[in-house]
Amino acid sequence: MNRLDVKKTYKLYIGGKFPRSESGRYLAAKSPAGQHLDNFAHASRKDFRDAVVAARVAVEGWGKASAYNRGQILYRAAEMLQNRAGELVNEIARSTGVTSVKAKREVTLAIDRLVHFAGWTDKYQQVFGSVNPVASSHFDFTTPEPTGVAVVLAPDEPALLALVSLVAPVVLSGNTAIVVASEKFPLPAATFAEILATSDLPGGVVNLLTGKRAELVPHIASHMDVNAIVDGAGDRELAAKLQAGVAINLKRYFNRAAADWFSARAEEPYRILDTVEFKTAWHPIGV
Amino acid sequence: MKTKTKAVKLSAKRAMVTPGHPVVPLKDRRLNFGDKWDYAPAPEDFKSYVIAPRHDLFINGKFTAPHSGKHFDTINPATEEKITEIALGDAEDVDIAVKAARRAYEKVWSKMPGRERGKYLYRIARIIQEKARELAVLETMDGGKPIKETRDVDLPIVAAHFFYHAGWADKLQYAFPGRTPRPLGVVGQIIPWNFPLLMAAWKIAPALACGNTVVIKPSKTTSLTLVRLAQIFQEAELPEGVVNVITGVGETGTAIVKHPDVNKIAFTGSTEIGKQLAQMIVGTDKRITLELGGKAANIVFEDAPIDQAIEGIIAGIYFNMGHVCCAGSRLLVQESIYPKVVKKLRDRIQTLRIGNPLDKNTDIGAINNKPQLEKIRELVQSGADEGAEIVQPVCQLPERGYWYPPTFLTGVTASHRVAQEEIFGPVLSVMTFRTPEEAVERANNTPYGLSAGVWTDKGSKIFKIVNQLRAGVVWANTYNKFDPTSPFGGYKESGFGREGGVQGLAAYCRLD
Repeated sequence: MNRLDVKKTYKLYIGGKFPRSESGRYLAAKSPAGQHLDNFAHASRKDFRDAVVAARVAVEGWGKASAYNRGQILYRAAEMLQNRAGELVNEIARSTGVTSVKAKREVTLAIDRLVHFAGWTDKYQQVFGSVNPVASSHFDFTTPEPTGVAVVLAPDEPALLALVSLVAPVVLSGNTAIVVASEKFPLPAATFAEILATSDLPGGVVNLLTGKRAELVPHIASHMDVNAIVDGAGDRELAAKLQAGVAINLKRYFNRAAADWFSARAEEPYRILDTVEFKTAWHPIGV
Repeated sequence: MKTKTKAVKLSAKRAMVTPGHPVVPLKDRRLNFGDKWDYAPAPEDFKSYVIAPRHDLFINGKFTAPHSGKHFDTINPATEEKITEIALGDAEDVDIAVKAARRAYEKVWSKMPGRERGKYLYRIARIIQEKARELAVLETMDGGKPIKETRDVDLPIVAAHFFYHAGWADKLQYAFPGRTPRPLGVVGQIIPWNFPLLMAAWKIAPALACGNTVVIKPSKTTSLTLVRLAQIFQEAELPEGVVNVITGVGETGTAIVKHPDVNKIAFTGSTEIGKQLAQMIVGTDKRITLELGGKAANIVFEDAPIDQAIEGIIAGIYFNMGHVCCAGSRLLVQESIYPKVVKKLRDRIQTLRIGNPLDKNTDIGAINNKPQLEKIRELVQSGADEGAEIVQPVCQLPERGYWYPPTFLTGVTASHRVAQEEIFGPVLSVMTFRTPEEAVERANNTPYGLSAGVWTDKGSKIFKIVNQLRAGVVWANTYNKFDPTSPFGGYKESGFGREGGVQGLAAYCRLD
């Protein structure tokens, strides 16, 4: 007699905790062959709003953490990913139907990319900031600072690699993120959240919602406490709706759908600048 | 337009400035520069500069009549007299200009080596320097700004912007490590009336340095100097179509934003209009940078160098009649020094000279336009209605023109409209705080985030507070300083993108 598998419902990840959707809704994840895999939470408007609150709370501490500390923590997250690479490979393979070789390629690249971005936490300020040679007798310098709370929309695939490529440049500078996971393949993202929860990343720095993108998009666009949207979903219709959010509170909007998430160009340090603000400070020079 | 600062009683005329609310006269006046000798005005000569009776659009290197044939009057806000007529450009003119800019982009400007582009910008900078006095006089006549400011602030920085960006034109590859910068194409630019020529320089110089071509529209009330700048482009032999100037009204600007062949929009103006423009480009691939409104906090700690701080407060709010998006319009004073600061401010505003903007002694010129004057009056009235006390100097305002005396309001609370809304006039709202934490919280308690000021002699405190303020420009122990090498722009609803410095170049390049 075959053993009966234990089915799991993947939950949301908000403020370091794993709530089910407050709406009580869930969806079924199926393999490409149509076989039921597991269930996952179907996030609602309220879940999104809760995630914004958690992200806003978390930005206080994360934004003020030292660059060195943020780098250590993101590297620690990469360590945890490496440690549980097999689990992610399995999740990608059974969700998307790709071979485990291909799934492994995605997972290892995601790990390497996280290591790459972890190293930027204490360097991007030096590369992109400046001391400005003003003509008057002032010391004048420009430093990048995190914008605040950003919503990141991941494309359907590659579910893990694109998510990591989009989220890392957002949080490394001190922003916190609400990630809307791949709609088609949410399980790798949900597993990624479970791994993050066991890294040293403070709760609320990365929050993950699974469910239906189109349902959440109007609420993302209209939310007054969202500072930026990084849209990697690659859906032109939804992009226009998100972009309209600029007109509401001048939240920054960036369409960052990439042609090839496996290419080196998806590891773009200039993406860090999407979610920073340049602050320029002046002080007189004198005795 | 002679102005006296005699200690006269409130006249009926003066009361009309801010009708209906109590004005607190200065009882304990300490300083007096006004009534011990006769005032000798020192007006700048303007008669030697010839202003044509009518100005056309500048398209494809030539001055062209608008297709509608319509012009509108531009007036001197200090006298309400007509200066000249300005062409009313519409969507059809914009279309012709965009086509000219596209041609110039594809055939000439984007193909030209950076060092050649740079030489055109250097040439323009030199001509601006040579004509600086004339341009300053025109700017003052057209916009009401004191000649002291147009001569000593606006024009030198205008020339400096062209000089600075000229040098970038052949060095862009060093501005973006690891990437190759490319121009965006045709850039549509819309600029405000508070710093007409300076905003034109902020917009045009980096756009051209990066290899873009431009269609630019000035504000309706201040077109004159930009049209004059177009003549300078001609004199510099800038290739035709590289910069096109379309004067006109709001719809003219809308036509630029909506034109399908414009690749990027750069706008400086109100947050309200900025949001509308952001809505207009939804669904397109157009890029946009917005430099919008502000409600800056100027924070004065008890350990501040107090006399310098007073000068900084004055410069922060009364510079350019407060028509400054980064004006320090919310003064936050630590409670222990509040009485002293208010007393010194009362004395200091009494010494400000209001009147003929062409007079070299004038500190406060004319309000740029009538709707703005009405808005200032309305907001100050709301302050009075909500319980604030209004402090103004005893002075006479000229009979004609648009004038508003330097004003500050005490007893303002965070919920008052004068503490929340951008007044864009010479009106300061004074509030107090007890602890540094409270100062930061109050300073950040606004949807805006353009600028801020901090006054303290304690270095570590400066860094701490500068770090905590959510604003794009923070002046510590100084205020309202600008330089082409120094990026300028806001957080939150004050817009996005930076102008000036290496960071400002990003707005005009795409990276390959």
